[in-house]
Amino acid sequence: MERPTPTLDYRRKNKKRGGTSLWQDAFRRFIKNKYAILGLVILTFMILFAFIGPYFSPHQDVPDVTKANQPPSKEHWLGTDNLGRDVLLRLMLAGRISLTVGIAATLILLLIGVSLGAISGYYGGWVDVIIMRIADIIYAMPGLPILIVMGAIMSDLKIPPAHRIYYVMFILGIISWVGVARLVRSQILSLKEQEFMLATEVLGLRDSKKIIKHLFPNVLPTVIVAGTLGVASSIISESALSFLGLGVVPPTPSWGYMLSAANNMIDFAKRPWLWIPPGVAIMLTVLAINFVGDALRDAFDPRQKI
Amino acid sequence: MARNIVEFRNLKTYFYTEEGVVKAVNDVSFSIREGETVCVVGESGCGKSVTALSLMRLIQSPPGKIVGGEIIFDGRDILKLSDAEMRRIRGNEIGMIFQEPMTSLNPVLTIGDQLMEPLMLHKHMTKKEAWNKAIELIKQVGIPRAEQIMTSYPHELSGGMRQRIMIAMAISCDPKLLIADEPTTALDVTIQAQILDLLRRLKEEKKMALMLITHDLGIVAEMADYVVVMYAGKVIEEAPVRELFKNPKHPYTRGLLKAKPVIGRRQERLYTIPGQVPNPIDLGDFCYFSDRCEYTMDVCRKKMPPFVADENGHKVACWLYEGEWKK
Repeated sequence: MERPTPTLDYRRKNKKRGGTSLWQDAFRRFIKNKYAILGLVILTFMILFAFIGPYFSPHQDVPDVTKANQPPSKEHWLGTDNLGRDVLLRLMLAGRISLTVGIAATLILLLIGVSLGAISGYYGGWVDVIIMRIADIIYAMPGLPILIVMGAIMSDLKIPPAHRIYYVMFILGIISWVGVARLVRSQILSLKEQEFMLATEVLGLRDSKKIIKHLFPNVLPTVIVAGTLGVASSIISESALSFLGLGVVPPTPSWGYMLSAANNMIDFAKRPWLWIPPGVAIMLTVLAINFVGDALRDAFDPRQKI
Repeated sequence: MARNIVEFRNLKTYFYTEEGVVKAVNDVSFSIREGETVCVVGESGCGKSVTALSLMRLIQSPPGKIVGGEIIFDGRDILKLSDAEMRRIRGNEIGMIFQEPMTSLNPVLTIGDQLMEPLMLHKHMTKKEAWNKAIELIKQVGIPRAEQIMTSYPHELSGGMRQRIMIAMAISCDPKLLIADEPTTALDVTIQAQILDLLRRLKEEKKMALMLITHDLGIVAEMADYVVVMYAGKVIEEAPVRELFKNPKHPYTRGLLKAKPVIGRRQERLYTIPGQVPNPIDLGDFCYFSDRCEYTMDVCRKKMPPFVADENGHKVACWLYEGEWKK
């Protein structure tokens, strides 16, 4: 009987990338997940749609009242709004804002959450107590009222519309780092009792090195998952904020703002092209990000082999 | 005579628990000379590991605390050094390996990353120098395909290989002392023998002293130059290895030696020392072995026996020999 030759070739191929690491296993599991691929495709489409799309639009994002409130046609695929602007173009431009806010707010919340969580978990004692009590306080405050208050303060301070978007990112980041901090802290708490951490102690490594080089890679999978899901919730928060008129300010579009602009009986009953597209865009993006996040969580779970 | 590399002087490490004070290491004194292998023997919980961790100053505090004594390492009192000075000693002048090779390596970093780390930190090597040195180390501890191992992750290696990597890490900076805390307990017997051979060979090559913590008397007979027997946080007997095996003095040591299976002799049951290790909380001032000892006398339950040496340098803490020595 002919038997296949041993796996030498396979090993060599594998070795080029440095063995089957956690990352490769995760990647293999990830691409096997149909929902993940679907999510990734939608997400890629949305990013291209928002960032590249506007260059292909024949229209300008300027009001032209003579063309106001037209239903979808060959010239305006998704119709025009009450100021005669092309809804499709607006939708793409709004996507830029919404996606940027989502990603930037997530980066801020990860930066704060991961570092505070790691410090809190690693040092314990009073450092832990202080950080965690602050986290508790922020956690105990309902998010939406804080956002409304912050929005009102921004309006009061007459922050220029172009800058408002940065403040929105920052505020969203500030109020949502708590979950990540707790997650990271609890992981670090159990990781630092592992024997390999004692081994790093025995080698005489410094605390900063122990946290960054030895603990951080171990919590990275969790952080990635929390991060993806954070993008989704940030997009939703931004939409809610804009819908309430507290986020970005016209004429800058965002998906939430487009929804709120259609917030009257006539638009709602007679002009569905104004509010269905941004609603669908939000839903698709958030759904796609959640698919990817779930898949990442499964992929990084070492108990799920292959 | 070689000079002392480490000297424990009346070391006391206590743990303050809710139930009371656990004197895990209670007035322990012994020394390790340059290039010597000292085995610390005793059953679980007798303070062997705590002694080693005290030397590395890795006692978790709270609840642990080194309350008294001195540990002189290479002329310096370890207990008086600053944290930064201590970090320079750890991994550089004292290496340490643990019982559990499976969990002692960081699962998400490659072997190479972990091996190069102490070299770059303590020996200030560049990445390239450290890489070459690490490959040399892997070869030294007897693992083939060193380049491949460098880019592997811990879970791709067997237990024996991982323990070899741990040894390679511990000796990478040419320490003067290597502490091995039950290095072979988690490994099967053939790998045990290989690891012990490796330790002995490296010790000769690098002229390190070796502090070997074990409860396996077979390992002691094979490896040790000098043996320290601990019981309930105290050193109860110490002697050169031949002297100890030929002429064990303390009833506890005798019991340990008797409890060893002997090849060729069939026994229904192995000998066990009757009774239990005393509860370590709030022990009084008497011989802790007196409850289990077949030679117990009145004085054993009243006073702590002094630790005295006979003419061969064989030291023992037992009232049985106290009388003899006085005559």
